[in-house]
Amino acid sequence: MPILTFAMNGHQVSGHDDETLLQIARQHGIHIPTLCHLDGLSDIGACRLCLVEIEGQDKLVAACVTKPQEGMSVHTDTERLQRYRRTIVELLASEGNHQCAVCVVNEHCQLQDLAYAVELQYVRFPYLYPKRTLDATHKDFVMDRNRCVLCSRCIRVCHEVEGAHTWDTAGRSFHCTIMADMDQPWGTAASCTSCGKCVWVCPTGALFEKGQTVAEMEKHRDFLKYIVTARRTGEWIAEEEEGE
Amino acid sequence: MTLEELHQLAEKERGRQQAFTNRVLVCSSTGCIACNSGMTRDGFITAIKEHDLENEIEVVGTGCMGLCALGPLALIEGDGRLYRNVDGSVASAIVARHIVGGEVVDDNMLDTDDPFFASQMKIVLEHCGRIDPGRIEEYIAVGGYSALAKAITEMKPEEVIEEIRKSGLRGRGGAGYPTGLKWDVSRKAPGDQKYVICNGDEGDPGAYMDRNVLESDPHRVLEGMAIAAYAVGANQGYIYTRAEYPLAIERLKVAIKQAEKHGLLGNRIFESHFNFRIDMRIGAGAFVCGEETALLRSIKGRRGRPRPRPPYPSENGLFGAPTVINNVETLANIAPIIDRSGAWFAGIGTPNSTGTKIFALTGKIEHTGLIEVPMGIPLREIIFDIGGGTPDGTEFKAVQTGGPSGGCVPKEHLDLPVDYESLKAVGSMMGSGGMIVMDSDSEMVDVAKFFMEFCVEESCGKCIPCRVGTRHLHLLLEKITRGEATADDVALLEELCIMVKETSLCGLGQSAPNPVLSTLRFFREEYDELLKPVLGYEPSKPEADPS
Amino acid sequence: MKPRVASVWLSGCSGCHMSFLDLDERLIELADMAELVYSPFVDIKHFPRDVDVALVEGAVSNVENEEMAHIIRRNSKFVLSFGDCATTGNISAMRNQFSAGEIVRRSYVELADDASVLPLEPTSIAQLMPSAVPLHAIIKVDAFLHGCPPSPDQIWFALSELMAGRIPDLPTAYLKYG
Repeated sequence: MPILTFAMNGHQVSGHDDETLLQIARQHGIHIPTLCHLDGLSDIGACRLCLVEIEGQDKLVAACVTKPQEGMSVHTDTERLQRYRRTIVELLASEGNHQCAVCVVNEHCQLQDLAYAVELQYVRFPYLYPKRTLDATHKDFVMDRNRCVLCSRCIRVCHEVEGAHTWDTAGRSFHCTIMADMDQPWGTAASCTSCGKCVWVCPTGALFEKGQTVAEMEKHRDFLKYIVTARRTGEWIAEEEEGE
Repeated sequence: MTLEELHQLAEKERGRQQAFTNRVLVCSSTGCIACNSGMTRDGFITAIKEHDLENEIEVVGTGCMGLCALGPLALIEGDGRLYRNVDGSVASAIVARHIVGGEVVDDNMLDTDDPFFASQMKIVLEHCGRIDPGRIEEYIAVGGYSALAKAITEMKPEEVIEEIRKSGLRGRGGAGYPTGLKWDVSRKAPGDQKYVICNGDEGDPGAYMDRNVLESDPHRVLEGMAIAAYAVGANQGYIYTRAEYPLAIERLKVAIKQAEKHGLLGNRIFESHFNFRIDMRIGAGAFVCGEETALLRSIKGRRGRPRPRPPYPSENGLFGAPTVINNVETLANIAPIIDRSGAWFAGIGTPNSTGTKIFALTGKIEHTGLIEVPMGIPLREIIFDIGGGTPDGTEFKAVQTGGPSGGCVPKEHLDLPVDYESLKAVGSMMGSGGMIVMDSDSEMVDVAKFFMEFCVEESCGKCIPCRVGTRHLHLLLEKITRGEATADDVALLEELCIMVKETSLCGLGQSAPNPVLSTLRFFREEYDELLKPVLGYEPSKPEADPS
Repeated sequence: MKPRVASVWLSGCSGCHMSFLDLDERLIELADMAELVYSPFVDIKHFPRDVDVALVEGAVSNVENEEMAHIIRRNSKFVLSFGDCATTGNISAMRNQFSAGEIVRRSYVELADDASVLPLEPTSIAQLMPSAVPLHAIIKVDAFLHGCPPSPDQIWFALSELMAGRIPDLPTAYLKYG
């Protein structure tokens, strides 16, 4: 597997030709913000937060789906990129119904983290306040579409890791919603195995466990790497449980 | 079928047609059908019966004759007279006075020396309005499928690609990627299974070039696909078109069946080892499915959502196989290039934009209709000579090319030659060929708002800049047209336009701001006129402040 | 002359003002530095002229809020959005998914303990705007204090900087929604 050397923000970095710019950046301690990306799931290049500049190329490219080329020069944090990232977070904030103060994942939310990362002081666009639904028909979990940012992590983890494909997207444009099975109440979706993976990968409070209240829910997403590694290499990398 | 049999079939059909003393061609494309050309046809048939001329005069339903604004159109093939607004009674008058009496019916006659007809150059549309799209024999009689025969029996696939490369043909869907290059990449891409796809998902407001080609000359597209398949090594093709084009779908289905029956599609075409089948795939009408990666997903039966490129479909397309995706008009150009040579084609148009281009003229223009002109022709000639200018009493203001992805070209650029690069240089684009003319009554901010509304609805919702950004662009434009916006809002509008353009995932979002940017560039004063001043704050007057 | 400070309570829960009171003994220090010329804490009926710093809590939700916002802007040198409702709409804007009529009916009829009547026209309550909006949607805002409510430390930082004649560069540590 060839190793390529190229520049990232002026520093020489190297990576395999089948790795993405995002993976290589992280290996070298360079932070690129992401939202739809999650280690262990396929990349779709949808949130556009990880866009980077490549010298000599007009178009910005998504680091999560772009492979390196020998000698290229990548910039991950230019003033233009910072501005666009802030606008993306502004757009997201205006799109849904995000009231941090009463949210189950307040202080543990990746949308909040992004707002802090881009130092979002205020939103210049009018908030849209869409009429969205809340589905509490599942015995253990709730889907509150008001808080959904349509990153599609739930769809991908359900399809790619759990293999159930309970979730999918319905509608288009700002009518997009995440639907269970044939756009029916989650509790009646026969394909759902109630594994809860979607709940844990969700970046916001759109998917949460019943019984948790404001700011109580912390999402742990580490489990994905155990499953994905085991599936790929046959090796279980979790440490042994400390027991009797 | 052998080459010999093809020639025999052509000969036989020409003999059949010559057995008539005259033929009456009635436009039976969507435009004319909408103004009742079915009655026209019946009118001709009845009148001809009344004069006992059934065995001498044939009435043929053809494809589009171009001047849709004056439909239904009918052509008397014998002397080439073209009639407009032919209803049932005009039809019987034409039979009585022209066909029987030998004098023309002045009231409805069109002057075919008018620039609308004389300044056009028809390659793609050469058979449109001249043959019955429902009969493969008529297509074969005008030389159809001889290019496919030539390619298969006389040329190696590499030679076919070389010929296309020499022709300089570029994709007619809008982006203008060189067709030969695309084919070459697919040919060289590893894989036993390859596909050819005809992109007929035309969805721009005001554009109907592809629909008319499919309705009027479906075999031309099938032949182009077969040649493409031979060149790249594909054995399966798909035509992707929208459910909103029922007539095109119907005629394509008939055409595919006929071609299969005659061995022009299927196994061992022209007794070679080349096999090629074509299936239809009908879209549900989402604009974004014209984007090639979304189209591929839609063909597979999945949601039509684009994915980032690379990998490009020519290397990794349908079901992961190398796939050539060409627009309808591009494919309709293939047969004449193989027939007459790439050098011939390259001699038409300009060095970088060769051949001709079809445009659908709509909006505030006299001659609404479909035209085909050589590339490089000045806009002025298209709009004023061929199009007949704006309706009486109004002044030309701008023309929108490229639909919701393009921009407007104002009158100071009327002498611009129509080619890929020139249009891009003024912030518009060739697009698939819609041309919407605006006159002095048109409000340019409304125009921008109209196209933005279209993009808002058609955004697939996958990437954030397009899903939410277009929505806010539309809200800002609404605010401006309501007279509630300030200069700050226009600044925000402009900033968001550039952001959406640079960050969106696919061509839809990347080009959605173009109509706004282009109207801001050429008609900023129309925005400014709608603005209210930024509030300046004076301290409260003492009487309002008793404390 | 000491800087003239005002604080205003628009459509919010007054939680931001409670957090203000949580400045505790720093309030005494503040009293030395500034003159509080208008506030829910003091009994002055009209927003005065020549205010140096105005802290505005709450979203702009009705016509009275809207008018007040303009008065504040006209008469203040520096306007701070005070807390999440003023900055984002937050809880006050949760009603925006419903129409103003639905909201009033819900409050005064459906949820009324007894005497369920709609407020009379001309209304005894200020007429609701179609939606509650953040302060910067109505007037120009100079700085934003985030949080539901903003922490006393953040309030103290912003005020002490302003009293010292500096524009507060609210550090990232204080940027906190919710």
